[in-house]
Amino acid sequence: MTVIEAPKPVVRAEYRPAARRSNFRQRVLVPYLMLAPGIILFVLFMAAPIIYTLFLSFQKSQVSGLGLGSGSRTTTFAGLDNYIASLSNPEFAASAGRVLLYGVILIPVMLGLALLFALLLDSRRTRGSNFSRTAIFLPYAVPAVISSLLWGFLYLPAVSPFYFVFDKLGWDVPSLLASSAVIFAISNIALWGGVGFNMIVIYTSLKAVPTDIYEAAKLDGCSEVQIAWRIKIPIITPAIVMTALFSMVATLQVFSEPTTLRPLTNSLSTSWSPLMLVYRDAFTRDDIYSAAATSIVIALVTFAISFLFLRVVQKRAFGQED
Amino acid sequence: MAKTRVFRQKPSYVSTSILLIGAAYCLFPVFWVVMAASKDSSELFSTFTLMPSTHLWDNIVELSAYRDGLYWRWVLNTALYAGIGALSSTWVSAISGYVMAKFAFPGKGKVFAVLLMGVLVPGVILAIPQYFLLALVGLTNTYWSVLLPQIISPYGIYLARIYAAAAVPNDVIEAARTEGAGELYVFNRIALPMMAPGLVTIFLFQFVAVWNNFMLPYIMLGNDALYPVTVGLSGLLNQGATAPAMYTLVITGALLSIIPLVVLFLVLQRYWKVDLAAGAVKA
Repeated sequence: MTVIEAPKPVVRAEYRPAARRSNFRQRVLVPYLMLAPGIILFVLFMAAPIIYTLFLSFQKSQVSGLGLGSGSRTTTFAGLDNYIASLSNPEFAASAGRVLLYGVILIPVMLGLALLFALLLDSRRTRGSNFSRTAIFLPYAVPAVISSLLWGFLYLPAVSPFYFVFDKLGWDVPSLLASSAVIFAISNIALWGGVGFNMIVIYTSLKAVPTDIYEAAKLDGCSEVQIAWRIKIPIITPAIVMTALFSMVATLQVFSEPTTLRPLTNSLSTSWSPLMLVYRDAFTRDDIYSAAATSIVIALVTFAISFLFLRVVQKRAFGQED
Repeated sequence: MAKTRVFRQKPSYVSTSILLIGAAYCLFPVFWVVMAASKDSSELFSTFTLMPSTHLWDNIVELSAYRDGLYWRWVLNTALYAGIGALSSTWVSAISGYVMAKFAFPGKGKVFAVLLMGVLVPGVILAIPQYFLLALVGLTNTYWSVLLPQIISPYGIYLARIYAAAAVPNDVIEAARTEGAGELYVFNRIALPMMAPGLVTIFLFQFVAVWNNFMLPYIMLGNDALYPVTVGLSGLLNQGATAPAMYTLVITGALLSIIPLVVLFLVLQRYWKVDLAAGAVKA
């Protein structure tokens, strides 16, 4: 492990006043040595990969001669070629479109349900809320690959209890794994895994609101629904904004669910989502230069969306606050 | 939970049942996998899948026998990646957050700002770049390639800074220094225990993050003896496309892999304090 041992400073308390230590060792060396593990790991595994990917994205591989032998491939500066190729690749546009649609389906449903569940948990008229809260949060403990496996089997007509029932009833229900519906199949997996977590985030912020506000409204004759709409939702708007932001970022990176489902269906291409496309370029096609450029594009789009979203929401929800 | 009831309100069946429907939706796949794991491979395709059968033990034996217990190797690998990874990550986050909260040093603002930018960088986006870089130094397809990149957690550092500021009084640190204790000793023996409840939350977040990160081990590892359970089961499912008998193994493996997590999750439930500052989402 790259843990650097911070030396124990041979500082004796009697040599210096305890309140203000101003020598170099105590003020600079000690804090930086203690930060060293974090800084080194950050540089090695976050900063360096990003910089190296930027570097790769401006390179291309050139084959000289017949392209045989180890010396025949050289890399040259490519300028923006990889970016132009990546952005004009119809597969990239198609995968971006699918992910956009996926987000439009998933995020409103997931956050709407999370908000509804959180408000119901917070209502005093709800019974059994501890059980429901735990049960709805439980899928958070199941990793995306395992939940995709479970749902994948539930979608598979041969083993699914749903299709068993549909069959007995004589209904002909098309498979969710068919190409027109597979996006709903994936959205459902993400909904199952994410609704509980978002519910807990919203519920925690509801709990932080002092209850006297509700009591006052109640005495004034407000119904539970009115209290929810007029008081609770406005107060917890920041929490909802954050959950929306994190959900959007997660949506853009969807990879595990479609990759896991692929063996069960023919409707998922190797370029279904942008990240799957990057994976294919880097590992199946061995074209790390375009994969690097596409990675950078995805990262930039993620940043841009987060930034724009926060700007828009801050203007509308938090008004003059900023 | 314990709210003082000003006046007893009559229960609402509508809100109670909406939540119960939500709970049923969330528990259903888990219930299904328990039932399905009790069937042998012919029953899986021929009987109603919610009816239990008697072959759970046989399936476990068969799974354990698969390529000399490869599955259990995956379980151990997962425990190693998520357990050791999350422990190291928690310690690194704790010491970094503690220094940020309790030391005044030149460049502190800049260091923290750069680290905070890291919170915005989604881990999954980093996986492929990390592969390129580790391939340069020949570290891919090793335990290190999955373990090391997941120790740094800017978000954990951010949380640890908040916990350290709130939980560790300055007087205590000063007192220990006056007694002649070294800085590392002060941190490990005095500050760390004080921060413990918050650190459990950081540990849990990181544990789930590592356990959930499918892409990194999927990319880094070629040798299936190094796989975590997630990558291993996804590979088994791939084989199932041509050999449906594999499905029973996949289903049993999925069931066994979620049991320890669900237990860990229920036992440590009270540490899931997810407030606004602690907003994170699994990718």
